Amino acid sequence: MAAVMLAPAASRLLMSGNEAVARAVWEAGTKVAAGYPGTPATEMLEQLSTYPDMYTEWSVNEKVSLEVAIGASMMGSRSFSAMKHVGLNVASDALMTLTLTGVEGGLVIAVADDVGMSSSQNEQDSRFWGRFAHVPMLEPADSQEAYDMTRYAYELSEEFQVPVILRLTSRICHVKGLVTVGERIERPAKGFNKNAERWVMVPGHAKRRIPLMLQREQELKRLSDRSPLNMLEPGTDRRVGFITSGPAYMHVREAFPDAPVLKLGLSHPWPLEKVAALAEMADTLVVVEEVEPILETELKAAGFAVHGKDFLPRIGELAPEVVKPAVERLLRKEAAPEPQSALAPPPLFPRPPTLCASCPHMGVYYTLSQLKNLTISGDIGCYTLGAGHPWNSLDSTICMGASMGIALGMDKGRGEQDRNKRIVAVIGDSTFMHMGMQGLLDLTWNRGNVTILLLDNGTVGMTGGQNTPANGRDIHGQGAPRIDFPRLVEALGVKKERIHVLDPYQLPVLFKALRDETKIDDVSVIITDRPCVLIEEFKPFRPYVVEEDKCTGCGNCVEVGCPAIHVTRREKVVKPSGKEVELAFTRIDSVACTGCGLCVQPCAPEAIVHFAPAGSVISIQPA
Amino acid sequence: MNFVTTNILVCGIGGQGVMTATEILSEAAIAEGHDVKKTEVAGMSQRGGVVTSHLRFGKKVLSPQIAPGTADVLLGFEAAEALRWSHYLKPGAMALVNDARMVPPVVELGLFKYPDDPIGDMRSRGVKTVSFDAATIAHDLGDLRLGNTVMLGAIADQLPFSADVLLACVVKRFARKGEQVVEMNRKAFAAGRAAAQAATPATA
Repeated sequence: MAAVMLAPAASRLLMSGNEAVARAVWEAGTKVAAGYPGTPATEMLEQLSTYPDMYTEWSVNEKVSLEVAIGASMMGSRSFSAMKHVGLNVASDALMTLTLTGVEGGLVIAVADDVGMSSSQNEQDSRFWGRFAHVPMLEPADSQEAYDMTRYAYELSEEFQVPVILRLTSRICHVKGLVTVGERIERPAKGFNKNAERWVMVPGHAKRRIPLMLQREQELKRLSDRSPLNMLEPGTDRRVGFITSGPAYMHVREAFPDAPVLKLGLSHPWPLEKVAALAEMADTLVVVEEVEPILETELKAAGFAVHGKDFLPRIGELAPEVVKPAVERLLRKEAAPEPQSALAPPPLFPRPPTLCASCPHMGVYYTLSQLKNLTISGDIGCYTLGAGHPWNSLDSTICMGASMGIALGMDKGRGEQDRNKRIVAVIGDSTFMHMGMQGLLDLTWNRGNVTILLLDNGTVGMTGGQNTPANGRDIHGQGAPRIDFPRLVEALGVKKERIHVLDPYQLPVLFKALRDETKIDDVSVIITDRPCVLIEEFKPFRPYVVEEDKCTGCGNCVEVGCPAIHVTRREKVVKPSGKEVELAFTRIDSVACTGCGLCVQPCAPEAIVHFAPAGSVISIQPA
Repeated sequence: MNFVTTNILVCGIGGQGVMTATEILSEAAIAEGHDVKKTEVAGMSQRGGVVTSHLRFGKKVLSPQIAPGTADVLLGFEAAEALRWSHYLKPGAMALVNDARMVPPVVELGLFKYPDDPIGDMRSRGVKTVSFDAATIAHDLGDLRLGNTVMLGAIADQLPFSADVLLACVVKRFARKGEQVVEMNRKAFAAGRAAAQAATPATA
């Protein structure tokens, strides 16, 4: 990270799209940058926090991060806010009025779409926000463009006094390519100009801003035709002309190197005259865009005969091997069958992501899996993995913070058939502070009957361990006020006697607390307090081993779900009752084991013991 | 605008060092004057999931993704993962595979089966497969963390540039950690290279 930061102007570096955006934000003289972690956007703020002469923060959620950027812009400073696609849903309330006030210091919002859904609860196309909010949208196709367009976004933002959305996808954020970087230009704040008609959006003021917003969009439309970011490449094979943007451009260029292509860098508003020029030079027009047929629909409405999602996939990422056969079939006028790969992937077991060895969530999910009659409302984070094997202990996941409100709705909406169910909500510390606090307040105020597990592991775990108010460190790792969860939930209306702070490695304590609290018709909060194993607060313990001669093959330890526990052999036996059972004899991978002791507790024959004393040779056994 | 690119696919599971290895391969390609693109999807890979890293280099690289059937060489950090991605190789291309078996909880729970002989399965699919035990090589050199450099040594003779270029990038990566660490990595690189060479005539 430091190497990128210190790299002098004109250095040519291998950078991810996120790193390139961060460098350009810094070079643009940006004073304030804020964001909330989320794949694939996380590294933009992480990188920015290493640059000097600017303020960066992890905000508690994306809406706050955009508001922080807006405030800085009002002061006449350049500002930046970064988030993943679902984050902009949260921030959109601010965006939809920001478009009326416009900006003073350049304001750029980077939104990263998880196309293909590597780590998200849905697949969304953020290009809609450009249309919805009437703001310009830039779409880079690689790291160099991510850098160039970010620099330009600030010029555009200040020229038109408009927030600019930089739309990225996973294949921009996480692809590394070569980038030539430049120098930082200092831009002193212009100062705040008190102007209620501009900044106080009451109806009378806002009404006067709407025509200005629409006029701005018309001017941007004309700019779009002049902009070098919208590049018409004539080509020689003119059977098909392509209109494309973002990573899809690279796929089109690779699949059809000689075709005319209109590459949209400023993709909203799109350039009418350049589309018309492409239509003149090509026999057939094809729009290649990932996810939704947005451009295709708009071009059709403007009277252009274009193909697009009639033969290209609407779900997931595109690639040259997807685009090429589809277009070739279109040219041959064939009914398009699904492409068959000559090289089928071999049939193989799946390897889903799972909780780490010693993960403090594991004890919680093991305990939940052992309790009957629960309906469990889950949330967004590593603990969503509790829906998987062997725990199968999550019944819903929708969006950040939703576990609270959904649990209350389950309680209020249940019928006779669910009368005996105990409703549990599971949420992590960062998600709770992001959007869960309001839900808990709603729960207590409206007298819900829910037991809440607040899993405080002191970090945003799923995105790699960012700091939060729960660990008392800011984005730079410096000391910051640390939130006190018991006092916070009490202030939100939970009775003091219904708040418990527990060690999630102590299974009997956890089991008893959960069993007792779910029986009480009130809001209870059980806070677990072990750190995520990926952060510096976690200190590994002595690893364990299975004593082979004592293991009876009961398989209880396997049910804990720890990735360090392996089955060495299986044996079918007939019990005295006549029932056939399969025994699973186990070993513990002592390199992976960090000694949390969760598996020790359910082990019937007490065969799991501490590893041999220090100084002995660690051998790596094959599975 | 037709360019010849070299496609290297590196695969394994989260935490094995797949992304770092590919990063060092990228640096070697850059040192040779190539344009480079490197991509991976690793949203949840820290949680023991599958990791693949695509490296493409040449005069000018467009799309960052390697298409199935177009990889020039596959570097597999785990046996079943190498099998999982073997259809990405060009017909007749080579896979260099650490024969470690990392069995996930879904298999231990009895829900799925881990193949008895993933390396054999690759060979019967027509993949030129060179396998070796990177963990034992690293362990014998005194540090399991050398496994990553053993893997880079193994691929060193399958690249369109000399092994010394890659070794120089490994050395550069560890230079800050002192001469002793650099020396260990030199040994690991040589051991990986020797292991792949030794395995090649007998099994490929």
